[in-house]
Amino acid sequence: MNTRAHYDVAILGAGMSGLAAGIRAAHFGRRVCIFERHNAPGGLNSFYSIAGRKYDVGLHAVTNFPREGARPGPLVRLLRQLRIRREEFALCPQRQSRIAFGPRGEESLRFTNDFAVFEAEVARRFPAQIDGFRRLAQLVRDTVYSTDAAPVSARSVVRRHVSDPLLEEMLMCPLLMYGSATENDMDFGQFALLFEAVLLEGFARPLEGVRPILRVLVERYRAAGGERRMKCGVRRIVARAGRVAALVLDSGEEITADEVLSSIGAPETAALVADPESQAGNPRSPHFEGVAKAGTITFVETVSVLDCQPSELGWGDDTIVFFNDSARLDYARPEAQVDPRSGVICLPNNFEYGPGRSLPEGMLRVTCLANYDGWAGLPEETYRADKSRWFAEVQRSAQRFLPTLDEAALAAATVATDMFTPRTVEKFTGHFGGAIYGSAAKNPTGETSLSNLHLCGSDQGMLGIVGAMLSGIAMANRHVLQRA
Amino acid sequence: MTQDQCKTAVLAIIADIAPDEDLSDIKPDVRLRDQIDLDSMDFLDIVMELRKRHGIEVPEADYGQLASLDSCAEYLTPKFNALTAKS
Repeated sequence: MNTRAHYDVAILGAGMSGLAAGIRAAHFGRRVCIFERHNAPGGLNSFYSIAGRKYDVGLHAVTNFPREGARPGPLVRLLRQLRIRREEFALCPQRQSRIAFGPRGEESLRFTNDFAVFEAEVARRFPAQIDGFRRLAQLVRDTVYSTDAAPVSARSVVRRHVSDPLLEEMLMCPLLMYGSATENDMDFGQFALLFEAVLLEGFARPLEGVRPILRVLVERYRAAGGERRMKCGVRRIVARAGRVAALVLDSGEEITADEVLSSIGAPETAALVADPESQAGNPRSPHFEGVAKAGTITFVETVSVLDCQPSELGWGDDTIVFFNDSARLDYARPEAQVDPRSGVICLPNNFEYGPGRSLPEGMLRVTCLANYDGWAGLPEETYRADKSRWFAEVQRSAQRFLPTLDEAALAAATVATDMFTPRTVEKFTGHFGGAIYGSAAKNPTGETSLSNLHLCGSDQGMLGIVGAMLSGIAMANRHVLQRA
Repeated sequence: MTQDQCKTAVLAIIADIAPDEDLSDIKPDVRLRDQIDLDSMDFLDIVMELRKRHGIEVPEADYGQLASLDSCAEYLTPKFNALTAKS
């Protein structure tokens, strides 16, 4: 078998974390190949086309928008590590976002990329809480995230500073929705990172959505000398003597690598491991012990393409709206197929793209918590029928939190619709259970039971585009570059 | 290589790592960290770029020698010259 390819580093998955890890390794002279089963890069933050229209999946907005003159935050730091100039992402800031609670969103807190706006909103609506809120915000600024720290309940810390349960829920809502793999609460370290990402720094987006970001990453990776095999995933990880001995590709080829980074998820990676010396592929084999289970948090998303800008329908202000129709948020796997009581509305048109620049069509996206099992095994006809039933329900629910619009007017403006479910997510990303945020238990060191197999991506570290890229960088630094 | 050429080489690396920092007024005798925002990851990358571009090894115990441009030049110039002499 002297013809088989050997790499210094093999990476499973061409999502944000895999690409970032690949750039680091290739930039410093390692021979790297990324194996991606899908035909497009991006993983959970990807894109597709239907009837000539371009749709994004995953990305609503890039968090951690860097403000002019501010100290370099996480986004600038990761761009430095990738040798990408921040102009290359061409990020355009949001207009405003809101956290809207109550049956018609009566309780509403606005935020922008200027934290003073949010602070003033909290002071207006919760005057008795503002001092505690400011202490909490300062604590967030002073928190240095450490992967070694024992997890602490974010709610318990928030309650030390904020005593009004409604404010607590309104603070938890966007942060849970934008990055918690655990139900109803999260680790305070993660809370602090998300608070900084969403509320202190805020949202931005390139005009064309996720594609230009992926284009920059793929081009940077190529220029650094990295190789990519698309439509060619890894079918099996052959383990021998506590190491990855070889990777069997979808094509049937076998390749070898000194170090293997897997961004496809912890249980998904474990499921590929076969040890010829023990029971091959047996779920009770040692490689499955202690591996995190697939996460329970997954979503449906409806997309409506409009023949006008949302501003023409009176929806020109909000970029993102986090909504919940009661005073208490239930961030958990719903009993029903979908939980339309809470969710996230995204109007991608409402970023400040600059004079004369706008998206050609309007778009309304609504994301709600969903139950994977409710969608997974359905026969095709039932699946389609359930999709269209829930589509209407999700849209109706979300409209309660936007300026009132006649139902007929929205229907008349809608020129196309689409919807993804947990089943779609699993099909295209390979993430078990369509778990958007991965397993509830994270693996901060990225180490596995095989000495040269390491995890990166959503089961290792942080979430969102920024978190995913940071994970890839950190794991490449730790397991590839600092080993030599 | 002169000490000035060495400083130029180090500045070129910093410019690539931190393109958002203004390097026009860097004082050679003041710690880099006190003038521009560089964290430990950035310093590690300076070391790795020195190896990649110039074949210069900086052992971890010597990272402190890279604190300012002057100390960089003091420490790195002999290493640059040793490499040129060898080739």
